[in-house]
Amino acid sequence: MKDFIIPWDTDADLGTPAREGKPVTLTIDGVEVTVPEHTSVMRAAMLAGLKIPKLCATDSVEAFGSCRLCVVEIEGRRGTPASCTTPVAPGMKVHTQSAKVKKIRKGVMELYISDHPLDCLTCAANGDCELQDMAGMVGLRDVRYESGQNHFDPTGTGALSKADADRRDGPGNFRYIAKDESNPYFTYDPSKCIVCSRCVRACEEVQGTFALTIEGRGFDSRVSAGAASDNFLSSDCVSCGACVQACPTATLQEKSIWELGTPERSVVTTCAYCGVGCSFKAELNGDDLVRMVPWKHGKANRGHSCVKGRFAYGYASHKDRILNPMIRDTIDEPWREVSWDEALSFAADRLKGIQQKHGRRSIGVITSSRCTNEETYLVQKLARGVFMNNNTDTCARVCHSPTGYGLGQTFGTSAGTQDFDSVEHTDVVIVIGANPTDGHPVFASRLKKRLRQGAKLIVIDPRRIDLVKSAHIRAAHHLPLRPGTNVAVVSGLAHVIVTEKLYDEAFIRERCDWDEFQEYAEFISDPRHSPEAIEDMTGVPAVEMRDAARLFAQGGNGAIYYGLGVTEHSQGSTTVMGIANLAMLTGNIGRQGVGVNPLRGQNNVQGSCDMGSFPHELPGYRHVKMPEVRKIFEDAWGVEIDPEPGLRIPNMLDAAVNGSFKGLYCQGEDILQSDPDTKHVAAGLAAMDCVIVHDLFLNETANYAHVFLPGSSFLEKNGTFTNAERRINMVRKVMAPKNGYEDWEVTQKLAQAMGADWNYGHPSEIMAEIAATTPSFANVTYEMLDEKGSVQWPCNDANPDGTPLMHVDGFVRGKGRFIVTEYVATEERTGPCFPLLLTTGRILSQYNVGAQTRRTENTAWHPEDILEIHASDAENRGVKDGDWIKLASRSGETTLRAQISDRMMPGVVYTTFHHPDTQANVITTDFSDWATNCPEYKVTAVQVLPSNGPTDWQEEYNAQAAKSRRILPAAE
Amino acid sequence: MSPEKMAMMANQIATFFKTQPGSDQAQRVADHLNDFWEPRMRQQLAAHVEAGGDGLDPLVKEAFALVRVPAE
Repeated sequence: MKDFIIPWDTDADLGTPAREGKPVTLTIDGVEVTVPEHTSVMRAAMLAGLKIPKLCATDSVEAFGSCRLCVVEIEGRRGTPASCTTPVAPGMKVHTQSAKVKKIRKGVMELYISDHPLDCLTCAANGDCELQDMAGMVGLRDVRYESGQNHFDPTGTGALSKADADRRDGPGNFRYIAKDESNPYFTYDPSKCIVCSRCVRACEEVQGTFALTIEGRGFDSRVSAGAASDNFLSSDCVSCGACVQACPTATLQEKSIWELGTPERSVVTTCAYCGVGCSFKAELNGDDLVRMVPWKHGKANRGHSCVKGRFAYGYASHKDRILNPMIRDTIDEPWREVSWDEALSFAADRLKGIQQKHGRRSIGVITSSRCTNEETYLVQKLARGVFMNNNTDTCARVCHSPTGYGLGQTFGTSAGTQDFDSVEHTDVVIVIGANPTDGHPVFASRLKKRLRQGAKLIVIDPRRIDLVKSAHIRAAHHLPLRPGTNVAVVSGLAHVIVTEKLYDEAFIRERCDWDEFQEYAEFISDPRHSPEAIEDMTGVPAVEMRDAARLFAQGGNGAIYYGLGVTEHSQGSTTVMGIANLAMLTGNIGRQGVGVNPLRGQNNVQGSCDMGSFPHELPGYRHVKMPEVRKIFEDAWGVEIDPEPGLRIPNMLDAAVNGSFKGLYCQGEDILQSDPDTKHVAAGLAAMDCVIVHDLFLNETANYAHVFLPGSSFLEKNGTFTNAERRINMVRKVMAPKNGYEDWEVTQKLAQAMGADWNYGHPSEIMAEIAATTPSFANVTYEMLDEKGSVQWPCNDANPDGTPLMHVDGFVRGKGRFIVTEYVATEERTGPCFPLLLTTGRILSQYNVGAQTRRTENTAWHPEDILEIHASDAENRGVKDGDWIKLASRSGETTLRAQISDRMMPGVVYTTFHHPDTQANVITTDFSDWATNCPEYKVTAVQVLPSNGPTDWQEEYNAQAAKSRRILPAAE
Repeated sequence: MSPEKMAMMANQIATFFKTQPGSDQAQRVADHLNDFWEPRMRQQLAAHVEAGGDGLDPLVKEAFALVRVPAE
């Protein structure tokens, strides 16, 4: 038998998707091949290293059988079947190179080329064109069709010879459709389209948006985005790039390829945006990045991408990047560019001075979920081993800290239980407080694929998010709850499951603490938790809630995916526990297709938490109070570790206002824009004597900084990110840091300036220290990641290949714990002054504070923050679509434009926090989760009124920001 | 941190543990404060309790006896 080409080792297109099933053996061109049943003849041949010419087939979408180039002969069968649509059969004898099929292929190719411009030398797909490759492969040497109807540009643009130009001659070709350049990242050139439908199928099958279609019939057929009046930008297209990836010609082509040429080398790395953690191939010439292409062997994304990872990388070379260190004595002075040594000794002297005057605990750090594990580990080590306190926190404080607490209490560890592949085995999905099509688009595409196969969906969200109803997707139940009533709704679902005896008793008896379950069952059975009793308060119809609970309990494999709509509440931790209760009640833990899955906002939220960024725990989620844990790090670092927990971010700011916290090293975060109650954050920062911002740009926090240390982008450093499925992926350096140093080197230099004896030569040495001290990372090395591609923690002697599914044989803590989840209304209430509830979130094209995406062409989709408001609320206030409005809460006020939206329920408004001109967080309050201080971003009582200009606060803020960003030229 | 904000945060913790079964609620409130509140926050709580504990939930006051207040 011929050896298979291991798919792992190659990016080769195998023509049709993989299948699972019993082995089937057949013979192709005399070679015996064994593949799973249902595999196509084409894929079997390709796996055996026997390439069959093809145009309409590609292994990201199902076979279509339209191009007829892949025809083969099969002994005992009539005709010449298409190998892409013909499944293998035992004993089948296939001939891929018979005289008959070769003649057919040549004829097919000749017809294709008869309507294809021959400007190959100047074509952007030159060297990367499957039409070109196939013409070569079938041996096309002549095109007999001299002239006739075609779709060519009548001006002859691009024609390379007189003969070619002559073919285009004429007073205007009515079939010609001009190139669509509306999308900022790629072009659509209908004259080069061979109507293989790969783009249309990729949009449907891979992305699930259904934005593309084939318009017209016969020779008129062309790809079309949306309606006739639409272009790619105005259509439903989400610019995920799947169509561009699938296109075999230059019809759909990245603009960067037009500008920069075909890339000659590539490096596999990990996206720096959301917590899905997609693998990409960075394709370059030298150190010039030409494009980012989703890597088909990436286990999180399986070859798919979204507009951010695929296209929005231009910020890394944006003119706003600061490449030299800067310092200033006070924040009303302009910045002075200085050498690294001067900046670092200035910072170190100030920090040491503060500690001498105000004590050991008067300074701290904030680690970044946008930085690597290694960088985060070093920053918390700086606090614990050099500052000698536990004042370290990370932005997970303001997003998923309740996940850490809630899952830690119930299951015993703070992490999602599944891998993303698990969704392919799910039968019922609950999406609560998450908007995956915008926040986690590649996961959303995988989820939608499963929903189109028949899985049922329950959406729990105040807004009618896209998943509730979009192309070929309709949620079985949408529970549009009033913001702030999560615990009541989750308890209502549990009430139905318990009182109707729909729970999985065998699972609970075996896997959970039975006594605790009985206490919980008694609590949750109380009629006050019934859907009918809470209907008025939650706004969710009781019948809908009962049906949803029954579906989840009885519908097969049930999986729960949740986001910040769960955590960012006064009862965020309680809701996480409630979700864990639901999963345990229904036995949906410990196998494929089920589980509790927090969707992490930023790429390395999981990793930054794993690495001990929180002030109460050392790497691996172990409390600093435990002497045996401290000893591990005390031995490794040669210092004594403070046994008391440190300050969390909101506590740091409170302590700063009180005068006991004076210095902060903030890496890769912009707390002034991202954290709630902007005025309070600004007051805290302004009260400090030394704020060190380590970032790519002069972000909003830097307005209050004394030291600016320029950062390196994800393209400029080595390290690892850990995504929402606990997958540790390599980040690989594809170019030298524009600022001179990778971020871990900058932190090391700061530690050295403070007197520490740190001497890491490469991030792999930092990972070795992590592995030596943190049991869940025990077997992780860079060599292993290079070999395996990625691995999910825990990865140790017990799980040498990592752990795709957690809690398979038992919970990490032993028995799963049911925890009583009493609903407590938030103190944030509507009233006469602030009668509406504001909830905040993000949209597809922008990311977090927008520091990256605002510096890309993604602003074409979302140039400003918009307030979504229901028509009746707008009408009551005299607000029309597009009007400027003033949005006010007890914390502050800002202005932005309104958009009338039927996605909102009356009484609830929504906006994003991507733009500093709006500063949505001047509105949000300092209320927070009871257990973790995670801010209550999702519930703020507000008023909306017509406005005719920026608020005084906005004007003052912008004036201060402009003044603060002045930079003096470097001294000669 | 204002005394009102601190009292509210402490009361939120007490409100959760009050709903839990068992008889060790005070201990669990104290454990949570010891595990997650930085020393100066516990010192501020101590000062507030000594000054009468205005606005504090009775369970917080009960738990305070079990809260470790670092001298430093």
